[in-house]
Amino acid sequence: MSTAPAIRFEDHLAISRLYADYAQAVDSGDWDLWPEFFIEDCVYKLIPRENHERGFPLATLSFESKGMLKDRAYGIKETLFHDPYYQRHVVGAPLVHKAEADRFEVEANYAVFRTKLSKDSTVFNVGRYIDVIVRTSEGLKFASRLCVYDSEMIPNSIIYPI
Amino acid sequence: MSTSPESGGTFPQRIRWESEGTSRIPFMAYTDAEQHKKELERFFYTKHWNYVGLEAEVPNAGDYKRTVVGERSVIMVRDAEGGIGVVENVCAHRGMQFCRERHGNRKEFVCPYHQWSYTLKGDLQGVPFRRGVKQDGKVNGGMPADFKTTDHGLNKLKVATRGGVVFASFDHGIESLEEFLGPTILGYFDRLFNGRKLTILGYNRQRIPGNWKLMQENIKDPYHPGLLHTWFVTFGLWRADNKSELKMDARHRHAAMISTRGQSGKAEQVTQVSSFKESMQLHDSRFLDIVPEPWWEGPTAVMMTLFPSVILQQQVNSVSTRHIQPDGHGAFDFVWTHFGFEDDTDEMTQRRLRQANLFGPAGFVSADDGEVIEFSQQGFEQKPFHRTLAELGGREVGDTDHMVTETLIRGMYQYWREVMEDPA
Repeated sequence: MSTAPAIRFEDHLAISRLYADYAQAVDSGDWDLWPEFFIEDCVYKLIPRENHERGFPLATLSFESKGMLKDRAYGIKETLFHDPYYQRHVVGAPLVHKAEADRFEVEANYAVFRTKLSKDSTVFNVGRYIDVIVRTSEGLKFASRLCVYDSEMIPNSIIYPI
Repeated sequence: MSTSPESGGTFPQRIRWESEGTSRIPFMAYTDAEQHKKELERFFYTKHWNYVGLEAEVPNAGDYKRTVVGERSVIMVRDAEGGIGVVENVCAHRGMQFCRERHGNRKEFVCPYHQWSYTLKGDLQGVPFRRGVKQDGKVNGGMPADFKTTDHGLNKLKVATRGGVVFASFDHGIESLEEFLGPTILGYFDRLFNGRKLTILGYNRQRIPGNWKLMQENIKDPYHPGLLHTWFVTFGLWRADNKSELKMDARHRHAAMISTRGQSGKAEQVTQVSSFKESMQLHDSRFLDIVPEPWWEGPTAVMMTLFPSVILQQQVNSVSTRHIQPDGHGAFDFVWTHFGFEDDTDEMTQRRLRQANLFGPAGFVSADDGEVIEFSQQGFEQKPFHRTLAELGGREVGDTDHMVTETLIRGMYQYWREVMEDPA
């Protein structure tokens, strides 16, 4: 077991709350909620585990600002043609690696299920979040969220945020 | 016409073309399992060079990468002398696909089942108990006296490399890679792979539930980008005043779509796409931070389709190979290898990585392509007696100096018919 860093109960609770809120938001279908979980100068990447572990810099999605996340939300809503689907995130308990006064390094496992109309619910994308969370005047936000996924073959396409 | 089944019923026994031309492609070109095997035989396993990878993926002696030619598992490997070989991933003994890792470094290949070992070139070097086991003064077992290791190496493919790209063929009587591509396509190939060392940026892998040919057709179809990919249009990357050319090899199997971004006038004057929003601005314009590179020699995008196995992409600063790996008639795996060049600055590498957001299985413009291929396949499967229409720009086949045509698709099927209808 890893050594748990000292963290205030309130902070741990707030991180758990952030994860639950995020999962609810990205499953809600209201894509404009998603960028608001991040600070302006943020990083969001969706990375195949293969690239992550072999040191290849390519990500399936690689965003470097809240503006890019807003552009993605616009693309989902207005320009990306795709089969309609629901997604459902199940996120494991946050594992806090490092806790400073206003900055936390945290990871958590996730599984995303996809349900297409008239079709089965299937495992869509499985991996772990590797996060840097910072305290802001509006509560905890992601400075960085890396979604490193095990799933080998993307089942055709990924449209909505993981 | 042909919206209800004719003599053959809904599920005809064999494929039927309406004419000698190829502007109306039978749905059965995509739906038949037996025909798919014939395609594997005639396009992937004989007479065609198939893409296997980039030399930069196996830089050091002993480096290997497992991939496929058609549906056959093969290993691309850098041998001790620095050469590149490709061997089939099937043990000569009991036929096991022995290589399980997708990449790595080895001094030799060993099949774990009975420890048969092979050199990196695929020659059999060790067979346990080959001379039997001595017990109580007699020799038990062993291979027959006439057993020769030289007869039982791994199946070695013929290999061709050019500009750092590796192709392989099971067919040792095949023409040269240069003859296979033909001078026109070779010119565009050499423009992209002009001798500079490549650097690997990483992979994307997706599984698309549609016939593999649909991916070739997607990149031979300049009709759709400005219509399906509204992101391209919205942010001004695709414009109907783009200067464009479509070129093929003499046999019409390979193609290049060459375009140079239009600069003049308001986009709304030159596009008929109703959803276009001239006022729409990106929140972060770095997605389209395009910096022209000297090797472009003009064109801002050149999309090459090399039949049957690979697409070579230059879309502004984003360059990649896209490997088509069929799995039955109704699905294929699509593997993207993004790369850069050894002389890239850090800024250029960042730019290539950023523009990669447009492409791949979640890309702003490529995610759409996988989706439409899936739904095309669904349409084909429900009424295989029917056919598609590819008649934009006429019913003929030929190079053009514009994009308002489906000539490249007609050309590919002209070649397809030539090969598939050959009685041999």
